[in-house]
Amino acid sequence: MIANNAPNNPPNSGPGAAPGNTGRGGEFDPRLRFRQRMGAVIFFVLLAAVMVGIVGLGILLVQVVIQGAPWLSWHFVSDFPSRHPEQAGLRSALFGTIWIMGLTALIAVPIGVGAAVYLEEYASKNKLTSIIEINISNLAGVPSIVYGLLGLALFVQWMAMGRSLLAGAMTMTLLVLPIVILASREAIRAVPDSYRQAAYAMGSTQWQVERLVVLPAALPGILTGVILALSRAVGEAAPMIAISALVFLTFSPTDPLDRFTVMPIQIFNWVSRPQDDFRGLAAAGIIVLLLILLSMNSVAIYVRNRYQTRSEE
Amino acid sequence: MFKRNRDTDDVAGKAVKWVLLFCALLSVATTMGIVITLLVQAWGFFFEVNPWEFITGTRWSPILKPTSFGVLPLVGGTLLVSLIAAALALPVGLGAAIFLSEYAHDRVRRVVKPVLEVLAGVPTVVYGYFALTFVTPQIQKAMPDLLVFNALSAGLVMGIMIIPMVSSLSEDAMVAVPRSLRNGAYALGATRFEVSLKVVVPAALSGIVASFILAISRAIGETMLVTIAAGATPNLTINPVESIQTMTAYIVQLSLGEAAHGSIEFNTIFAVGLLLFVITLGMNLLGHWAVRRWRQKYE
Repeated sequence: MIANNAPNNPPNSGPGAAPGNTGRGGEFDPRLRFRQRMGAVIFFVLLAAVMVGIVGLGILLVQVVIQGAPWLSWHFVSDFPSRHPEQAGLRSALFGTIWIMGLTALIAVPIGVGAAVYLEEYASKNKLTSIIEINISNLAGVPSIVYGLLGLALFVQWMAMGRSLLAGAMTMTLLVLPIVILASREAIRAVPDSYRQAAYAMGSTQWQVERLVVLPAALPGILTGVILALSRAVGEAAPMIAISALVFLTFSPTDPLDRFTVMPIQIFNWVSRPQDDFRGLAAAGIIVLLLILLSMNSVAIYVRNRYQTRSEE
Repeated sequence: MFKRNRDTDDVAGKAVKWVLLFCALLSVATTMGIVITLLVQAWGFFFEVNPWEFITGTRWSPILKPTSFGVLPLVGGTLLVSLIAAALALPVGLGAAIFLSEYAHDRVRRVVKPVLEVLAGVPTVVYGYFALTFVTPQIQKAMPDLLVFNALSAGLVMGIMIIPMVSSLSEDAMVAVPRSLRNGAYALGATRFEVSLKVVVPAALSGIVASFILAISRAIGETMLVTIAAGATPNLTINPVESIQTMTAYIVQLSLGEAAHGSIEFNTIFAVGLLLFVITLGMNLLGHWAVRRWRQKYE
């Protein structure tokens, strides 16, 4: 850290430091005690600013666990939603989320990694490349509901996929693609050039270098990025509402063309009912959702740490 | 035995390059897809409603008769919630960034930064739940006339949500400020907070401004939090205790309704979506421009 080694404030001594000594004539008055007190106050203000976020997160988690824990049980995971809170579960939403996650990974990973390989390894520095790059960084900032509208018009209506899992997964693919591309590019960039040169020296073509050397070496980094992108997809409700338009579904999808719901939509449905029991169910759903996200992120961190120790060898 | 088939390798290699280029171009196609679908679908709407009336009208009642398509109440609701969020997140995020960059020990920073970033990874329905079932009842204890659905608690919770956007980007900008600037100020007898506020912050200003713009843009596009906690009453007001409706919440509300595809009510969501896209795109371009400007300065 930069500031750690910075010199301490000068010692508070000398006549100029006395409070009330406002300096006569043109004499310089450092007002040291005032400035140091000010510094101490500012320190606590800044500390408080850091604490706002941490305390907010803490209260949120405690609140969710207190409200939701009594509703957690096996049947909550294995049963379908119901009008009776004590019988309700999130089975259809859980299956929908798993389907969406799987299909999205299936479509987004090849495209995202392909785009990353092109931009890092093949593209020359020209206008087209810079247009693609600016475009990707802007796509990352488009609100998720706008992707929902795109999916609704393009996949649901024009391509006539209906309000299906497939339309949902394609929409989600477009949403997470910038994340996958960015992460994959970083992973590919981190592969040492000596690997490539060694492979070329053995007579490899460029595609052989990419396929047999660069991609295997970048795989852990790519995997980490993919998991983080999918965990973004798992939490998204807005675009899925635009596609699915369903909040209450009592069957599990078995086919990519089936209608579906996902966990954040089910939670939204429970939150928007006025009865306290459904709020409890919502909190229980949030616990399950956060546990899924937590485990995905743990896997991502594990993969990344393993990768880091390997490259240091 | 070693055997080499150079011809098939070359052909495959060339084909692969085109396939990979196609993957990269899909992102450009996505942007064009967004623009085209929004324009085409909104066309049906603007065919029947004068765009000027849409932009300047102050009453939004797309379903209840007499219908009126003035989008300002939705824009006003969006701005109200975003301003409340910004009022919380900008000073707090900047303060956290200064603390992490100028005051915190490395060990503290390595723990606190990821914890703050967890805030950005929590699904937004969770924040909606939190605003509706915890924050609103707490504020109601102090302000009994606060409605169940209101802009205030949605804005405050959204502020917490976007803190990491402000703090991470601002901190990156501050860390990039050359050490010699700090040392020069210390040599003149400045205290640490003077160095932070009067040297580092001004030097990192364009990065900080970029983080502000991107965070507000995120707040404007945020959907589930405001759908759950801010209400569904298009209402042109600056009173934060009232129930409002944002552009995004309207899109969700109508998506869940029974409007027939192709009807004018249905096409309203594309007109509103187009406006939302234009606003956030403009802010993002501005933010990225500011980031680039600051990078050029110190690299």
